[in-house]
Amino acid sequence: MNKIDFLVAGVGGQGTILASDILAEVGMEAGYDAKKSDVLGLAVRGGSVLSHVRWGRTVASPVSRKGTIDYLLGFEPLEALRGTEFLHPQSTALVNTQPIPPVSVSSGDAIYPAKERLEQILHAVTANVYFVEATEEAIGLGSSKVTNVVMIGAFSALLDVPVEVWEKVILSRVPEKYSQLNKAAFFAGRELIQGARIS
Amino acid sequence: MKKALLSGNEAIARGAYEAGIQVATGYPGTPSSEILETVAREYGKEIYAEWSTNEKVAMDAAAGAAYSGRRSMVTTKQVGMNVLADALMYTVYTGIEAGLIVVTADDPGMFSSQNEQDNRWYARLAKLPLLEPADSQEAKDFVVQGISLSEKFDTPVLLRTTMRVSHSKGVVTLGERAAVPDEIGPFVRNQEKYVCTAMWAKKRHPVVEQRLLELAQHAESSPFNRIEWGERSLGIITSGITYTYAREVFPDASILKLGMSFPLPVRLINSFAEQVEKVLVIEELDPFLEEQIKAMGIEVVGKGVFPPCDELLPDKIYSIAVDAGFLDKKKDAKPAVPPPETLPPRSPVLCPGCPHRSTFYLLHKMKVPVAGDIGCYNLGCLPPFNAQHTMGCMGASIGVLHGMAIAQLPEKGAATIGDSTFFHSGMPALANMVHNQSHGVVILMDNGTTAMTGHQDHPGTTWSLHGKDVPHIEFKPLLHAMGAKKVVEVNAFDVAEVEKGLKECLDYDGPSVLITKGLCVFISRNPQPPYVVDTDSCVACGECFKLGCPAIVKSNEHNPKTGKAKASIDPTLCVGCDVCRQVCPTGAIHPPIGVERSEA
Ligand SMILES: Cc1ncc(C[n+]2csc(CCOP(=O)(O)OP(=O)(O)O)c2C)c(N)n1
Repeated sequence: MNKIDFLVAGVGGQGTILASDILAEVGMEAGYDAKKSDVLGLAVRGGSVLSHVRWGRTVASPVSRKGTIDYLLGFEPLEALRGTEFLHPQSTALVNTQPIPPVSVSSGDAIYPAKERLEQILHAVTANVYFVEATEEAIGLGSSKVTNVVMIGAFSALLDVPVEVWEKVILSRVPEKYSQLNKAAFFAGRELIQGARIS
Repeated sequence: MKKALLSGNEAIARGAYEAGIQVATGYPGTPSSEILETVAREYGKEIYAEWSTNEKVAMDAAAGAAYSGRRSMVTTKQVGMNVLADALMYTVYTGIEAGLIVVTADDPGMFSSQNEQDNRWYARLAKLPLLEPADSQEAKDFVVQGISLSEKFDTPVLLRTTMRVSHSKGVVTLGERAAVPDEIGPFVRNQEKYVCTAMWAKKRHPVVEQRLLELAQHAESSPFNRIEWGERSLGIITSGITYTYAREVFPDASILKLGMSFPLPVRLINSFAEQVEKVLVIEELDPFLEEQIKAMGIEVVGKGVFPPCDELLPDKIYSIAVDAGFLDKKKDAKPAVPPPETLPPRSPVLCPGCPHRSTFYLLHKMKVPVAGDIGCYNLGCLPPFNAQHTMGCMGASIGVLHGMAIAQLPEKGAATIGDSTFFHSGMPALANMVHNQSHGVVILMDNGTTAMTGHQDHPGTTWSLHGKDVPHIEFKPLLHAMGAKKVVEVNAFDVAEVEKGLKECLDYDGPSVLITKGLCVFISRNPQPPYVVDTDSCVACGECFKLGCPAIVKSNEHNPKTGKAKASIDPTLCVGCDVCRQVCPTGAIHPPIGVERSEA
């Protein structure tokens, strides 16, 4: 049973914690030992959120080493860049294209990197980068709130875990009245991954 | 056996359930808050849980419950231990009738704290056993075993986690709940044990010392401590989360993992050290283990190479160990690629619609020296406000303001304090101001919750951790009863009203209180349609930017004369609090036309 290390990067309020919980639990259900570590800041909205998720036969540390992360899930492009140190040349990055400018940018004190620059930085680390329009897809389905599940859906297509396991874990973790929406988001995400790879 | 993926804090709550704990108290504080929240949510039928007014009150209450025969638990963040400590000290002398466990969640790396204190020292200071779980499974197990330790040795037990243990998740094997008494009482009347008056306490001190010797003996063979033998060239002594890091960085080394890190098992440590060539002590923060082990006459390397500041994450341990020659550099190690340029930071800011915003906007404008306190409003110390000039610990603001007054500072000062913090430790300081005839403005920022730590209840809210409806304490009559003669209450979302109130209070000769009332957006949950900026009327004066609202952004349009960017409002962030409309001098900001505001 190989070890797999994941990094989930996003902005507070995007549902990244739920996504990394789902990822860790899918690992557990698929028979791995699993650990995860979130860094949570204040209860105020809008800070960076970084979660490490690790699967393996046994996992000791909940935090991965730099240069050892196999998969990066970037819920927001700028936050994805903060994770590049953890990647290695064979890593795969899945990045949502929708930017959320931080206050340092909206106040004019800093500049948000251009899309080409984002791609360049990621590509300098690994050739395996997928960009998906997860937020747009989620809005199309009825709510930007399911962006996280669209991302998880897209990501699930890259891993060798039965789709039923994903479905079961997701449905156990979202409110029942939103089951249909989340299911739709998950499968829409799985579709999105087709042709999303940039090279 | 049933398994679940639990955070360290959720696992501690589960441990409380399985240990047969019946009473759990605490005061919120990151990274500890989820323990009691989980207890109330998942095990609320079996365990009474409450947010107490402060940590000391929580500790006294848990002691009282343990004296009464109920297994009890107290939770706190690391700095809360300082508040709780007075009560901790006496419970060590008295012992208990039923198990008592104190959980402290420390914060190496200071993700959400004002200092990086290492609470393991409290075990030595107060002389009680210390347990340090390394992951969620241990966090749960150690609560269960901690309660039996507590009852076996008639002592409270300290369980210390760190942020990485509390907030990491891992697979936990669940167990059943221990049998607990339904009926308790009568209350044990054993004054020589439970009354710490000098003549009796004097007899208890030798009991405490003897107990420590017995606990050290117990530690020698306790399953809390274990040796994982590997190569004998390097032996590592470690505890808590750092064990998991050390295990990965040194896969071949021998490791002595201390689950019970006070009192230490002297013979076990000696025999481990004798069987390895070199001993490394790897611990985050202070040389707590190192100094004690050195005092045993054992030569070790510790803080000489591993710094006492910040987390000791695996990458850091690795590079230090390579530099110090304890580890060969991995040949296939790939260099990590840091981002090539500095990325724009994403620092925390007051949320759109935050009731604290108007006050800081005005304090900045009026150039008042401000003694600050801890809560979301501490963000008032950052740009664009720069309007909190001191902040040390909870409740400090009012005392510091009083100090400014008795130092006869020529300026009139203000203190900013939140509602939860006022109940926690602000009240004695205000009583002191009244009694000692001080002056200055106490700004009581009443947002109806303990926002910063996750929106918990407090004595001023109408709900409690367990039940929905509870009587709440109103500030105005409370403050009057405390002898504050000048009390002004204003609507925090009405900038002119806040300004008028602030001026009135600053002009008052004596201690005054300005209550700025406005619900936290997470409590009101009543967003209004997003406001808009009329670009033609906007002259790019920048006044609205002084509000530091994340929803107000620089637009692409500029004032042709000044070249400055005009404002625009991000409709996905704006909650229509109206504050920016009030400060705009040209009336360029307004609610969307033809859309009704909704009522709360
Ligand atoms: C002794 C101590 N206990 C707990 C904390 C954690 N803490 C920081 S601020 C805060 C309370 C904030 O509530 P309030 O004063 O109402 O301000 P708000 O965040 O709602 O604006 C708490 C509990 C602490 N820093 N120190």
